[in-house]
Amino acid sequence: MSQTRPPIVTLTGVQKYYGDYHALRGITANIGQGEFFSLLGPSGCGKTTLLRAIAGFEDISEGQILLDGKDMEGVAPNKRPTNMVFQSYAIFPHMSVAENVGFGLRKSAMSVSEKRNAVGQALEMVGLAKFGARAAHALSGGQRQRVALARALILKPKVLLLDEPLSALDKKMREVMQVELIKLQREVGITFILVTHDQEEALVMSDRIAVMFEGEIAQLADPETLYRRPNSRRVAEFIGMMNFLPATVQGETAGRISVEVQGLGPAELEPAQAPGGVRAGAAEIGLRPESLTLLYEGQAAEGGREASGTVREVVYYGDMTYYDILLDGTPAPVRVSMRNMPGRRVLEFGARARLAWDPRAMVLFS
Amino acid sequence: MRLNALAIFAVLYLVVLYAPIMLLPMFAFNSGTIIAFPLQGFTLDWFAALLDTPALHEATVNSLIIAVSTAIFSTILGLFAARAATRYGFPGKAGIVGFIMLPLVLPEVIVAISLLIVLMQLGLNSGTWSIIAGHTLICTPFAIAILQGSFSNMDKSLEEAAIDLGETPWSTFRLITLPLVSPGIIASLLICFTISLDEFIIAFFLSGNEPTLPVYLWGQLRFPARLPVVMALGTILVLLSVALLIIAETFRRRGLKRAGLKDTGGFL
Repeated sequence: MSQTRPPIVTLTGVQKYYGDYHALRGITANIGQGEFFSLLGPSGCGKTTLLRAIAGFEDISEGQILLDGKDMEGVAPNKRPTNMVFQSYAIFPHMSVAENVGFGLRKSAMSVSEKRNAVGQALEMVGLAKFGARAAHALSGGQRQRVALARALILKPKVLLLDEPLSALDKKMREVMQVELIKLQREVGITFILVTHDQEEALVMSDRIAVMFEGEIAQLADPETLYRRPNSRRVAEFIGMMNFLPATVQGETAGRISVEVQGLGPAELEPAQAPGGVRAGAAEIGLRPESLTLLYEGQAAEGGREASGTVREVVYYGDMTYYDILLDGTPAPVRVSMRNMPGRRVLEFGARARLAWDPRAMVLFS
Repeated sequence: MRLNALAIFAVLYLVVLYAPIMLLPMFAFNSGTIIAFPLQGFTLDWFAALLDTPALHEATVNSLIIAVSTAIFSTILGLFAARAATRYGFPGKAGIVGFIMLPLVLPEVIVAISLLIVLMQLGLNSGTWSIIAGHTLICTPFAIAILQGSFSNMDKSLEEAAIDLGETPWSTFRLITLPLVSPGIIASLLICFTISLDEFIIAFFLSGNEPTLPVYLWGQLRFPARLPVVMALGTILVLLSVALLIIAETFRRRGLKRAGLKDTGGFL
């Protein structure tokens, strides 16, 4: 997907060294006005460093950060048009909820009643209208999160920075807050930059995601592209689950790539299915578990694209069943997920199974 | 049975610890001039005598000046050191912090003699200010220990959040850091004040002709007739020290409560 919104954050060749440690290795990206942008990666990949550099808490060693067209070199965090929601929420414990939320207005020219209205609106926006007088340390995790959001958004920043804001919440609360954050972002129209190590969270919430490894952006794309067309095996492994089958690239003719996939057979791919590029010879084919389908008696695969094997593991999840199936003539089993529907029998360990596969779901890693 | 033996041990321990101190008020209110049992009548004469002793008043004023100055200097130094030690990493940090904390276990006699030698070498007269310097040296580690607790209880991102919301580093210190560590500051002031007020050895070596309260007390021991007065003064000092420590601990706990934290033992 192409970038159509005007950029609010422009990162050009951003480098950061801590002594000998190279934390950011040339980050270049445009983040659009009103976009929900995520920095996703394992711990230590530099995503938090990059967020803190945008906020102004870290100096960068090289490169340029433009916020709303202005170079941020030497601009202190309190002078940048950004606000941050900290991982610990950083709620001031000696203040009430309303004092926390209104903290950023201290230096504004608003009158006392205008400030009070602004605080009231901000609290209402995050669903804490009645909590203004409450002491900050008497709040639950989810409430603290909301106070932190209201406090950061009251200043109407051009960019809201969120540092793993949901990681301290339990699973249920996290899912509730994910949806609330999306709604809130749509409502206020402010650019959100989210740092997370949770790929599911990034997929659910973001317009675009930058996957980072070792201080570099490995892939920057919208969630669907990232999931369907990861440009490297590493990105594919980090996002969701993927099977990797040994394959051989046999040739590229008229915009079609011919591959021979071990255990499945020959397949024709489009160039878009090799986002990391094509090289002749040994390669791997990536296939998501949901793009392999078990065939039951009487069913046949389209175009005869069928393979058979033995069930090596059955994991029943209620709505889904995961199978590990060892395809005949392959060294390692593939994972297959099937939705449990009426009429679909759950196969047993050791049973023979037939699989249908679809070349359109394949990704080629050369 | 085992429990009883432990209980007896605990009671004995407390008796040995506090019985001598309990003798102070006993003889302070005893009308006999000789410190010996049996006790005679009840009197407030010894406390009254305290009021008519100008030398004692001078010593008290000296001690107060020294204790207040020491408390303020040690706490300010402690504030800087504690913040640096909890917020920043720098080369040699462990060594530097270790050396700053060393006076905590250094024999005071050594410190006192060293200071005296330095003063003499520099050709300076000892006096109130030199005692303040010596006391600041031994109190600063206490201040650091107390304040380090306050700072490490404080989430670092609170300061960043305030700056992020438009405050300057200085207004952040005033609005966020100071209120959150203020119970620690008060506790540090009170404990340094108490240590300085009670300290004898450094004051004895450096006081010259301006004795502090403990030094004055020591001097009075040469006159057996003054002993009951010393007892009266001792009584007041003990009560004052205990009261100050209780206040200091109260502030520390209040600070924890304000920050919404659980008590994890703390300094006292």
